[in-house]
Amino acid sequence: MTTDISPAAPSPAPPPTAEAKPGRQQTLIQEILSGSWLVTVLAIVLALLVGGVLIAFANAEVIAAARNFFSAPGAFFSTVFSTVGDAYSALFRGAIFDWNARTPERAIRPLTESLVNGTPLILTGLGIALAFRSGLFNIGGQGQVILGATVAGFLGYALSLPPIVHMLIAAVGGIIGGAIWAGIAGVLKARTGANEVIVTIMLNSIAGYLLGYLLKQSWFTHTQSANPQSRTIDESAQMFLLLPLPFRLNFGFILAILATIFVWWLLERSTIGFEFKAVGANPHAARTAGISVAKVTVLVMVIAGGLAGLAGATQVLGTEDKLTGGIAGSIGFDAITVALLGRSKPLGTFFAGLLFGAFKAGGYLMQSQTGTPIDIVLVVQSVIVLLIAAPPLVRTIFHLPAPVLKRKES
Amino acid sequence: MKLELRGLTKVFGSFVANDHIDLTVEPGEIHALLGENGAGKSTMMNVLYGLYDPDGGEILIDDKPVSFAGPGDAVAAGIGMVHQHFMLVPVFTVAESVALGYEPTKGLGLIDVAEARRKVTEISARFGFNIDPDALIEDLPVGAQQRVEIIKALSRDAEILILDEPTAVLTPQETDELISIMRQLKEQGTSIVFITHKLREVRAIADSITVIRRGKIVGEASPDSTEAELASQMVGRNVSLTTDKSPADPGEATFQVRGLTVVDRAENVVVDDVSFDVRRGEILAIAGVQGNGQTELAETIIGLSEPRLGTITLDGKNLVGTSVKDRLGDGIGFVPEDRSTDGIIAEFSIRENMILDVYDRPPYAKGPNLRSSVITAEAEKKVEEFDIRLGSIADPISTLSGGNQQKVVLSRELGRELRLFIASQPTRGLDVGSIEFVHKRVIAERDTGTPCIIVSTELDEVYGLADRIAVMYSGRIVGIVGPETSREALGLMMAGVPAEEALASAGTAPEAGAPSDAGTATGATPDSATTSAEESE
Repeated sequence: MTTDISPAAPSPAPPPTAEAKPGRQQTLIQEILSGSWLVTVLAIVLALLVGGVLIAFANAEVIAAARNFFSAPGAFFSTVFSTVGDAYSALFRGAIFDWNARTPERAIRPLTESLVNGTPLILTGLGIALAFRSGLFNIGGQGQVILGATVAGFLGYALSLPPIVHMLIAAVGGIIGGAIWAGIAGVLKARTGANEVIVTIMLNSIAGYLLGYLLKQSWFTHTQSANPQSRTIDESAQMFLLLPLPFRLNFGFILAILATIFVWWLLERSTIGFEFKAVGANPHAARTAGISVAKVTVLVMVIAGGLAGLAGATQVLGTEDKLTGGIAGSIGFDAITVALLGRSKPLGTFFAGLLFGAFKAGGYLMQSQTGTPIDIVLVVQSVIVLLIAAPPLVRTIFHLPAPVLKRKES
Repeated sequence: MKLELRGLTKVFGSFVANDHIDLTVEPGEIHALLGENGAGKSTMMNVLYGLYDPDGGEILIDDKPVSFAGPGDAVAAGIGMVHQHFMLVPVFTVAESVALGYEPTKGLGLIDVAEARRKVTEISARFGFNIDPDALIEDLPVGAQQRVEIIKALSRDAEILILDEPTAVLTPQETDELISIMRQLKEQGTSIVFITHKLREVRAIADSITVIRRGKIVGEASPDSTEAELASQMVGRNVSLTTDKSPADPGEATFQVRGLTVVDRAENVVVDDVSFDVRRGEILAIAGVQGNGQTELAETIIGLSEPRLGTITLDGKNLVGTSVKDRLGDGIGFVPEDRSTDGIIAEFSIRENMILDVYDRPPYAKGPNLRSSVITAEAEKKVEEFDIRLGSIADPISTLSGGNQQKVVLSRELGRELRLFIASQPTRGLDVGSIEFVHKRVIAERDTGTPCIIVSTELDEVYGLADRIAVMYSGRIVGIVGPETSREALGLMMAGVPAEEALASAGTAPEAGAPSDAGTATGATPDSATTSAEESE
């Protein structure tokens, strides 16, 4: 009886237009989430091509060859290909496996560096993805990471506890720090309807200045140094290494894997996640079904902030060994990209985080070995996001309907 | 302009939505395309409007074959379409909406809004539409928005107007207005293709009727056919338009509402000192013209809004102040009025929609974990029990027709032990077959002893289900009467006339047959009911 499930249902079935009701923000989220994996892969490939063009343009040899383009077009193209090829092979060697390395350890170290770089991106990305799925734009990853790092770092040198216990307590402190920071935005949204985008962005700035202030207070930093940085984290609070030195891969990566499993369970297998997704997809229906939208809003933000706070903790307790003003780098913002690229799915976010971690690790080698600016990596990352997020974004801004013709394939 | 479709075929994957459709629309006629939801009517019109490419067959206009790459071509050829869900920008004015898409420009590429405004005024005056060209779309009622869509089509010189389920979103009054508009358009020479599954409207307005079922034309019908004939042709079997139900055997009044007063955000009193009882094993229908407080009453009972005054008591417990979740837990089943917004989550699977308000209760949940296998098994059972036609329970519910979506909602709400069942407009937008099914299930629930409240603006539905009828007007209950009350009297009450007066002036003798075979009692009586309600507004 296929009559009633006719895919020809654009008009008989109300949803396509009825979706306009939950608001533009919801629609945008739905559209970003509903893209296919093919689009993601194509976006990455296309972004690498764009990056290749830029690499060629930024290279002096290519420019020189271009001057003689008409006399020797072949030479021009071979220069272009070798330049781009060198740059990308350096990127690969810096990110995955360096076949030019002198020792086996050095050859596989890039891969572990990618995992190290990916760890905070995965954790923060999961928090942002979770919020996305629940219909919330959590732009406050940065502030939450900073708060998490601040609390975890402080506990890491201010307390004296046995190993492991100290580390776990510091990490939990980081989770709580991030959770409170995001929870502020959640409570404000639930109580007053304050837009979480604006609130989280402002909380980012506050967190940055707060950390800057604290690093100048000697009661906080436990040092007399004039530099705005803290004392070194106690050995007992540092996240233990998973491999012997020189590898930096630490327990934080295990936490990232556990967090990915947790978020997957939450979204796919738990009653709480069912509420989250229901509120994200259609708050009206969720309310009618007895789900408290306010409670979900606060809870989502708290969990998202907790994940970002844990990311801050892995940064300060694992990768770095002291709290500095730049502890969060641009993790909070890169993580938004990671969540988008991962379609806000836990596993997708995990791999997107690894990819971005690899870009970061590879970018350094590419810059040092071929002179290609590391900014190219930023361009590639940005182009990926543009390609994935731009079409629905543009449609949302201009109130355009989704293309009807895409239903032709269905 | 004459329109002809020859052998038109449209295939989606393995599904044939339109199978060699032949259709001729003569100039100046109103041609009804009658079929159940999902029969392929809309697909056919979307092909005609250039939204889909046909997989076979041809379209002829004035005997010349044409092909449309997109709606622009169709518009240029003189075809206008008013979609079921309006394609309007809420923040635009009427004139801007009409200009959108073809933008009359003056020098320097400026949009000539004055020209658009002039056109709106002119067309509006010609047909007596009474539309202000400077009004914002979002401020207009649904019926007026539809007229804007019609103006939009006419302003582009449409000679064939396709109306896709135009009455699905309209109140009875607005439907009457639309019918008179369609008659005027016809007099001016416009051909109209009228897509619907509502039998009464077809008989009221159509010059010729084509019945479509499962993507195929099953035949022509005469507008003189009875509703039962049309229904059986449309559904493919005999359907009963009347609901078989045994007389109620009411028990004690376990649900009581006393002095309930609800105030909306703008401080308007929307439910005004309402009191009533519902007894076990009876259906209380709440009738009234849309917008007289019925929606708010139902939402207050389930807890979506809080009353300013009054009590709501179920099994001796006052519900006021408790959450929606508590009330669901107390055994209230609720079918919301706006299915697509409040009743289902379009992106969720059918399976997930079936547990939307019971996901955290046994047997579906164990602690914080959802029990996937139980959820699937229960869903499969309900699909069987409620005869829901679907591909897989893992598909998004948006792939289902409206009728099947409503069955999912019903299966969810009726699938547990209930102490009270409330349904708002449970059959709005559904086809004949689904309506029959929904009514049977509601009566079955009543027969298990559950007190039931049905809010409906359709008098047929009220007569088909009610054991007692409460009529609401302007937030108050005008009176609670028996199901034998005549349509005329109900109509007067819906216009605010008190029960005794209405019964007296409508003649105390109930109209023959009105309560028992309400479905077939068509034609003049329902019209008189709605008209009188309209006059008083």
